[in-house]
Amino acid sequence: MILTLAIRNLFHDRVRLTVTLIGILFSIVLVAVQLGLYLGASRMITANINQANATLWITAFGAKSFEDGGALLGTGERHQALATPGVASVTPIVVKFAEWRKPAGGSTRVVVVGSDAEDGALQPWNLVSGTWEDIKAPDSIAVDQTYLSELGVNGIGDTAQIDYGRVKINALTDGIRSFTQSPYVYMPLSRARQLLNLPSYTATYHLVKLEPDADVETVRQQLLSRLESAEVLTTEEFHDRSLKQWLFRTGAGVALIGGALLGILVGTVIVAQTLYSSTKDHINEFATLRALGSSSGYIHKVILAQAGLSAILGYVLGMLLAGVIVVASQATPLPILMTPQLALGLFTVTVFMCAISAVSAIVKVTKIDPATVFSR
Amino acid sequence: MTTVEPVLEAKGIVKELGKGAGMVVAVKGVDLSLTPGELTLLMGPSGSGKTTLLSILGCIMTPTKGSLRVADSSTEGMSAEQLAELRRAHIGFIFQSYNLFPTLTALENVRIALDVRGQKGYKAAARCEEVLREVGLGARLMNYPGNLSGGEQQRVAVARAIVSSPSIVLADEPTAALDSENGHAVMELLARIAHEQNRSVLAVTHDPRTLGYADRVIKIEDGLIVGEERRPKGLDAPEITDLTKRRKAHA
Repeated sequence: MILTLAIRNLFHDRVRLTVTLIGILFSIVLVAVQLGLYLGASRMITANINQANATLWITAFGAKSFEDGGALLGTGERHQALATPGVASVTPIVVKFAEWRKPAGGSTRVVVVGSDAEDGALQPWNLVSGTWEDIKAPDSIAVDQTYLSELGVNGIGDTAQIDYGRVKINALTDGIRSFTQSPYVYMPLSRARQLLNLPSYTATYHLVKLEPDADVETVRQQLLSRLESAEVLTTEEFHDRSLKQWLFRTGAGVALIGGALLGILVGTVIVAQTLYSSTKDHINEFATLRALGSSSGYIHKVILAQAGLSAILGYVLGMLLAGVIVVASQATPLPILMTPQLALGLFTVTVFMCAISAVSAIVKVTKIDPATVFSR
Repeated sequence: MTTVEPVLEAKGIVKELGKGAGMVVAVKGVDLSLTPGELTLLMGPSGSGKTTLLSILGCIMTPTKGSLRVADSSTEGMSAEQLAELRRAHIGFIFQSYNLFPTLTALENVRIALDVRGQKGYKAAARCEEVLREVGLGARLMNYPGNLSGGEQQRVAVARAIVSSPSIVLADEPTAALDSENGHAVMELLARIAHEQNRSVLAVTHDPRTLGYADRVIKIEDGLIVGEERRPKGLDAPEITDLTKRRKAHA
C-alpha cells in the first residue's frame, strides 16, 4: 500500500509531476554532460600516456603534462637507465608543440609526437587509413581525421609544413582528440627531431620497460639515484600529473565539476520544493494515517517512495536525453563520455538527490498533529 | 452476576488548550469508562469539549491531568509512537468528514488500515472485502470516494475502523454530514458493531436522531459530564425497529 499511495499521490497532480520530472531531467542532463565532458577531457589528456607501452617515464624536472614535458633529456639519462638492474628497455620519444602551416595559408598549433613504434614505445592507434609502415615513408605523418579541416587539409596525400619542414598525410586515426585543441601529429622519432630542429640524441621522455620479475619501486629508486637531473614517474603518476595540470591548474575541471554540483543543487531544490508542496497538499491524509495508528516510519516510507519514484522516472528520461547529447557530441572535438560507471553514479546521485529532497517533507509530516483530523 | 471489565477507563481527565492569557480548560475533570458490547453517545453543544475528550480517549491528545487506561495499559508517559501503537492495537476511528483517501478505492481505503498494522497480502485483501460487504458496499469495492455518496463514504470509514477488529471504536459526529436516511443507516451499523461484535463504541454527537440507538448517553457541558442515562433497549427500541423496517421497505 505504501507504493500504491506514493504512486497515487505522485500522479494525482500531473502538472506538478511534470515540473518535478523536468527538474530532475534538467539536473541529470546537466550533471551527465558536465561529468561526461570531464571524463572525455580526462581520456583525451591521458590517452597517449595510457597507450604508451611503459612502466616508468623518465622526464625532465617539472614536466607538467604529456604535451608540456619541459626541458629535453639527453642520451646520458638513457644510458644510465639502461645500465640499471631490472630495466629491459629505454625508448626515447619526442613530444613538442610546433607550428602547422596550412597549404592554403595560415597556421595552427599542433603537438608533434615522434616515436619509433618498432621499439614498442608509442604509436598512433585507431588507424582508419594507412599503417605505421606508411608513416615511416619520407615526410609521412598520421593525424586524426577529426582535425582535417582545422589543419586545412582534406585527407590522405595532402601536404603541409611543420615549422619549416614538409609533411605528407599518409595515415589517419579516429578518435585521438587533443584537450589543448592542438592536434597530435605522429611521425618517426628521427623525423620529429629533424622537423623540430632538435639534436639527434635528445628526447622529451624516455619510456622504461622493466624485466618481468623486476620490482617497480626498487627500479624507480635506483633510477632516481642515478638520474640526478630527471624525474622518474610511474605511468599512473604521470597520468595524474597531466590531469592535474589541464583540469585543475587551468580551472577547466573545476568548472566542469562545479557545473555538475550546480546541476545536483538545482535538481535537489526542485524535487524538494515539489515533494514539500505535495506533502502539504496531502497533509490531512497523513494526519489521518497517524490517527489510524500508523508509525511515523510508515509515513516517511510513503514520502521516500514518492521521492524514489520521481528519481527513477526522472533518471530514465534524463538519461535518454543525455544519451542523445552524448551521441551527437562524438563528432565534435570535445566528445562527451558516458561509461557504465558514470551511468550508475548518476543513478546513485539521482536517488541521493531525491532522498535529500524528501527531508523537508519528512520534517513537515513529523510535525503533524493527528488531532487535526477532528477539526476538518 | 458477572461484572464486565471496562476496556477504556479515564479518571480525572483535564485538558488545557493554549497558553498564558489565551489558555482554555476544555475538559475539567472527567471520569468515564467504556465497556464492550455498548454503544455510548457523548452528547453536548458545540464547544462543550466532547471532541477534545474523544481525542484524549483515542490517545491522539494527551491529557494535562488525569489518567487513561486502554486495554489495561496506562497511557501515562507514553511517547507519540507508543500511543500510535496503542491506537493500532485497540482503537478504530470514524471521522465526521470521513477522511478517506481520495486517490484510493474503497477497498484500498480499508486495506490501508490493515497495512499500517503490518497486515498485507491476500488474507488482508479478503478481510477488507468481507468487511465492506458487511457494511453493504460489496458492489462498490473499486469505487473511488469521489464516486460514492456521503452515506457510502461513511460506511467505507466504518469498515476501515472495524477491519482490524479493535476493541474500541470512536466516532466523531458520524451522522453530521449525512441525510436522515444515511444517518440512521450508519447509526444502525454502529449499534450492530457494538452488540454483535461485542465492541465498545463511543460516538460524539449532537444529533438527536441518534439517541434511539444508544445503550448509554453521556451529556457533557463546559468540559464537565453533567448527566448519564442508560438505555437498555438499544437497537430493539420500538422507534428504532420501526425505522429499520421502513428503511428496509424503502430500499
